[in-house]
Amino acid sequence: MKLKIFAAASLLCLGAAGAAEVAMAQEPQAVRQQMMKDVGRSMGALAAIAKGEKPYDAEVVRVSLTTISQVSKTFPDQFPAGSETGAETEASPKIWENTDDFRAKAAQLGKDVDATLAALPGDQAAVAAAIGPIGKNCGGCHETYRLKK
Amino acid sequence: MKLRSLALAALVVGAAGIGAFAWATAPARSAAESWQGLGEPDLANGERVFSEGGCSSCHAAAGAGEEGRLVLAGGAPLKSPFGTFYPPNISPDPKAGIGGWSLQDFGDAMLRGVGRRGEHLYPAFPYASYARMTPRDVNDLYGYLKTLPASGNVAPPHELPFPFNFRPLLGAWKFLYLNDAPRVVLANSDAKIERGQYLVEGPGHCGECHTPRTLLGGLETDRWLAGAPNPEGGAGRVPNITSGAGGIGGWSASDIASYLETGFTPDYDSVGGAMVAVQKNMARLPAADREAIAAYLKAIPGH
Repeated sequence: MKLKIFAAASLLCLGAAGAAEVAMAQEPQAVRQQMMKDVGRSMGALAAIAKGEKPYDAEVVRVSLTTISQVSKTFPDQFPAGSETGAETEASPKIWENTDDFRAKAAQLGKDVDATLAALPGDQAAVAAAIGPIGKNCGGCHETYRLKK
Repeated sequence: MKLRSLALAALVVGAAGIGAFAWATAPARSAAESWQGLGEPDLANGERVFSEGGCSSCHAAAGAGEEGRLVLAGGAPLKSPFGTFYPPNISPDPKAGIGGWSLQDFGDAMLRGVGRRGEHLYPAFPYASYARMTPRDVNDLYGYLKTLPASGNVAPPHELPFPFNFRPLLGAWKFLYLNDAPRVVLANSDAKIERGQYLVEGPGHCGECHTPRTLLGGLETDRWLAGAPNPEGGAGRVPNITSGAGGIGGWSASDIASYLETGFTPDYDSVGGAMVAVQKNMARLPAADREAIAAYLKAIPGH
């Protein structure tokens, strides 16, 4: 009986911890940080193919580009009022000052990625040719809108 | 009465001391001979030095972008803890720019921080790094600058509070911080590392942002390239690029060279902030120069 209560209590604790983690994960700062990590991972997968470190794999190319495309469309919505600071955010205050330009930059990334998705690069050379223009969007936005900590 | 004459004497001695110091640290021009015999500038090398130094990052108009980066009209504000600087027009316009300057005028600005009217220049213009440059590179760069479009723009005067608006004080700053000695002495150097050292410590002036500064605005050279607050203020930080804690010790030399070429870190984070313009310039250099910079960064002590 005692053991049972202990087990139940432990489960409750675990559940609470899990819920806290979910709540944490839903903070806009955490959500957008995860989105950028996903884009980084996708760029890494594409670059590995471009450099010949990994063999060409159409599925990897498609999934990676799709991830970047999806992020580009929802990323600018992750900066509600009140999320300007905290949680180690590297977001520049300029995001809230020049929101239209910030959104336009995300839209440009989406446009570039979707064009690449529509004519999926068919081999290593095509992947290498495609990631240059896509990658320019990263620095182009981070130049103004990210503050490195 | 005695006290009064004593105070007067102290004042006179003090004023004389300040006068002597101002005289001793007055702007000093170079000898004209040091700029002779360099021959016709090598414009291709001049363009390379232009990329190494990132001249357009400060001297192109604000928001000039990719198309306007070769028009060095000046005027884009540069914020600092000492006030706001407005980099001057260095286009070849004979009146608004430096078209009427001699090579010696240009060289003295680059290597000594002395303006054409014989005044001290503010070290926001990183001559304390450029002091390490060879006369040949200065000659080639000046030749290249003359080929760029002229602009009639006149930059606003710097906005500096007292005492920073008093230029003779810069003599004291130079006395403390201007020299052409190596920033680090490397025991096991080779030609590649030496080339990297020249690029990083000289024309590339990496330490101007990546090294912390003293209250007087000099570089804390014992924390060379160990990272620093954003010199333009704000919450950002300029990263540590040594192998010390929080630095880039985990990057291989080819990771560093690849970052300078593509703007991507080994885990595919991207270049940001003011480094974006720097990285674009580094991408214009020959691969061997990026590899030399990488070799040097791997060779320096970690902080």
